[in-house]
Amino acid sequence: MDTIFALASAAGKAGVSIIRISGPDALSNCAVMGAVLDQHDRRLVKLTSIDGSLIDLAFAISFAPRRSFTGEQVVELHTHGSPAIVTAVLDRLSNLDVRLAEPGEFTRRAMENGMLDLAQVEGLADLIDAETESQRRQAVRIFQGALGDLASGWRLSLVRAAALLEATIDFVDEDVPVDVYPEVMTLIGNVTNQVRYEAAGVRIRERVRDGFEVALVGPPNSGKSTLLNRLAGREAAITSDIAGTTRDVIEVKMDLNGLPITILDTAGLRESDDILEGIGIERGKDRALAADVRIHLLDDLPINNDQSVFGLDLYVKSKADLESNPIDQAVSGVTGYGMDHLLDQISSYLREQLAGAGIATHTRHQMALEAAAVALDSVTLGLNAVNTPVDLLAEDLRIAIRSLDSLIGRVDVENVLGEIFSSFCIGK
Amino acid sequence: MFHVKHAYDVIVIGGGHAGCEAAHASARSGVSTLLITLRFSDIGVMSCNPAIGGLGKGHLVREIDALDGIMGRAADRAGIQFRLLNRRKGPAVQGPRTQADRALYRNAIQELTTARSNLEIKEGEVVDLLLIKGRVSGVILKDGSSIPSKCVILTSGTFLRGIIHIGDVSRAGGRMGDLPSIALAERLASYDLPLGRLKTGTPPRLDGRSIKWDGLEHQDADIEPELFSFMHKSPFAKQIACGITYTNEQTHEIIEKNLERSAMYGGHIDGVGPRYCPSIEDKVVRFADKTSHQIFLEPEGLTDHTIYPNGISTSLPIDVQEDYVHSIVGLENAKILQPGYAIEYDYIDPRSLSTQLELKRMPGLFLAGQINGTTGYEEAAAQGLVAGLNAAAQVSNSDPILFDRSTSYIGVMIDDLTIRGVSEPYRMFTSRAEFRLSLRADNADQRLTSAGRIFGCVEDERWKVFSSKKNALDSGRVALTNTTASSRELNNAGVKVSVDGPKRTLADALTIAGTTVKILSSIDPQLLNIPNEIALQLERDALYSHYVERQMRDIEGMRRDSGKLIPHDMCYDSIAGLSNELKSKLQTTLPDNLAQAARIDGITPAALMLVAAEIKKQQTMVTAS
Repeated sequence: MDTIFALASAAGKAGVSIIRISGPDALSNCAVMGAVLDQHDRRLVKLTSIDGSLIDLAFAISFAPRRSFTGEQVVELHTHGSPAIVTAVLDRLSNLDVRLAEPGEFTRRAMENGMLDLAQVEGLADLIDAETESQRRQAVRIFQGALGDLASGWRLSLVRAAALLEATIDFVDEDVPVDVYPEVMTLIGNVTNQVRYEAAGVRIRERVRDGFEVALVGPPNSGKSTLLNRLAGREAAITSDIAGTTRDVIEVKMDLNGLPITILDTAGLRESDDILEGIGIERGKDRALAADVRIHLLDDLPINNDQSVFGLDLYVKSKADLESNPIDQAVSGVTGYGMDHLLDQISSYLREQLAGAGIATHTRHQMALEAAAVALDSVTLGLNAVNTPVDLLAEDLRIAIRSLDSLIGRVDVENVLGEIFSSFCIGK
Repeated sequence: MFHVKHAYDVIVIGGGHAGCEAAHASARSGVSTLLITLRFSDIGVMSCNPAIGGLGKGHLVREIDALDGIMGRAADRAGIQFRLLNRRKGPAVQGPRTQADRALYRNAIQELTTARSNLEIKEGEVVDLLLIKGRVSGVILKDGSSIPSKCVILTSGTFLRGIIHIGDVSRAGGRMGDLPSIALAERLASYDLPLGRLKTGTPPRLDGRSIKWDGLEHQDADIEPELFSFMHKSPFAKQIACGITYTNEQTHEIIEKNLERSAMYGGHIDGVGPRYCPSIEDKVVRFADKTSHQIFLEPEGLTDHTIYPNGISTSLPIDVQEDYVHSIVGLENAKILQPGYAIEYDYIDPRSLSTQLELKRMPGLFLAGQINGTTGYEEAAAQGLVAGLNAAAQVSNSDPILFDRSTSYIGVMIDDLTIRGVSEPYRMFTSRAEFRLSLRADNADQRLTSAGRIFGCVEDERWKVFSSKKNALDSGRVALTNTTASSRELNNAGVKVSVDGPKRTLADALTIAGTTVKILSSIDPQLLNIPNEIALQLERDALYSHYVERQMRDIEGMRRDSGKLIPHDMCYDSIAGLSNELKSKLQTTLPDNLAQAARIDGITPAALMLVAAEIKKQQTMVTAS
């Protein structure tokens, strides 16, 4: 039986968060991260990260086999309820010899080990339903977002790639293309890049720790810095009427209704002969693209409000103070006009991103994404090498697809065969 | 053989590929067995294309052979064009295949069958089943006589409401020239089993003497043939080539113009055909942008002039078949010996079978072959083997003989059939086996023969051959594991490692791509004693070892859940919290264990838990009472 872990308390900010580890290797793995306990024990421990630095001072309780919820050796780590701490502890655990629990797995183990009698299990049925319902909601939410579009694109590409490889294996002698590697290579390459990107920045998680980024963009002298100063309540950026005053990205951290955010003031977007300013503009563009929210300060509102793949783009008319009768989507850093509306829009969007976004889910996703990226790289390596048996390529691809199950949905052999039979005329 | 006793342990109905393998498996297991067929001469007939094996299918034949079955041995005796498919790809996906001489194959099967001890053969038509206390306990023949038995295995192919279509002409029938057994079909219908309808087709058969072979491409047999049976080393019959030709735009025009005269497109057929074996009508319609499709011209035998043009199966009327055949290069004057036809038939939803292929609601009755919704000789034979072994085990009160997805293609097929059911005629592909890398055709004996010896179906002759091979493999492995070498030594020998890597065993070094036993023998000359065939298998094992290790973890998880058995009388209706959809899926499938339940389409972890809880509840009640 392997050892599993998961966040047992609700995700998000709280007084205390509880992480539960269950299975034969619970004690040894917790000891590695500083929680040295006997079978049935409780102690104040220093949880350390991989480099030995302190994560948190936590209260650790161990429950001996048959005396725990699951019936197995269990350790509970009661940490301070900060999402950042919880993330760090879960990260640490995911690097040890334990794995993230499947939904309902603790309860399932409890029942299998006879720790819960049937009445209790039946009583739990509602709870389990709730658990899967929230999972479903979570999945739907993720799928509705940008990641969902990406994931369904990945699914199509990977099914196609698998079908191409499998067709050359199972339908030799048939009318199937022989040289499928170039197409497979392109399909896999694109997916790998996107998977890596997602894995590297499971964005929300990062933001909870480091703050969401809100970028101010717009042509020179559109009032970005004035707006920043207004937001920050101090002269963070030097403002002047001379276009091109802001040459680098200026960051101001603030608290927006309890959400940590960083406002980025970027150099005005214009062609410039000044090398320094040019660099500033480039840097500003990059940061803005990666930000969670972009506030476009414009002289006139565009007809089409383009939305990027990532984050939210808000378009507002700047310098409302110069108008006698400003429109709703206008702001002024000078008078503060429209600021509340703007901030509301930002904070409700960010809340939406956060809402119920269980950290465990994201850790799970990140692990899945990383595992998939490794397997996909191995496919690419194999495609480029001479003489890699195609069955090994197919196996690595299968591993990648299985890792992404939770994101792209399960790919069954029937999906692959379906793609083969609809693309190629099989039947010699 | 031809004298009939008053009672048998096992009766097998049907002498096709499923029936023969079932009868042999049962007889080999040591129980008295009777094979009933309409005509002795039908035993071992190949009714469709004259070939055995292929990808996935070749794996099945090797597995049948590893369990001492007859298909591989008969195919070797009849093989006239041995080819190892995917020879240049990884060994896990290489599949042996051969064109088979129909007459030689039939003779081989008939000889093996008449020579088989514990097995008797009777000509006759079974019209009904004997039922005693709800258990199938024998058969009733057309002449009114009855023969009791402990188990019955029905392998009657496409006889359930079989209809043959040629254009708009249709008539009842199994395969061409046979009458369907209507009485037995009606009896089965009265049991109210879940049925589905499928169709399949055959091409017109041509007279090889009327084909212009000059100028056609041809495909030769392998220079170094790979046989099916682990008992054989070289072919028995002369090796020949197949011809290749192509349809053209004129062919397609003829077919398009006459589409509505095809049984398929004229609306005469309701059955679902296989996607991987479409009729030529289907190909022309579905792949309209293709101006040509390839046709393999497969000889049906060394002395038989009949040619099987693989790739143009059809249900068009005879005059259209004549026209389109004659539009093809090389076939301008080809004489049609027997027109192509489509056949529609009922199959019994295989989800109503246990993993022993016994009908869950009709104890004592086993089903194998096309009647379960499969296609192909190899799929049929493999099911026959499973049914035969399990009927014999049941008669001898032994444990059921279960095949697992992780150790055999047979296991993959049985699991797919009994858990997922079929939506088109089921054919084996290597991609169906998630543990494909360990399920190779070359190691079928290593996977199954020892187990078969325990089941009692592997006889002494094979056991001797197997044991000596196994000893050679074991000592080869020991030699590789006991010697270690520094990275410099390995590098000098030609292994692709950097010189300052760690010391490793030769077994470990063999897993590095490009390494062979021969390369390593410069380090340890003892390895030169390993025979080539054994060295090859050691190299193949090494090639996949890292992947196989990783798969072991998946297999472990599957096994854990397989250990949690679900009683067959489990009442899913009474489980609170299960959705109606899942209830009905579970009720149809009646999974044997939690692992099977988990593979049912749409099942959730929560639902699995409820099922697990219900098992526990029933167990508690049993203990309490």
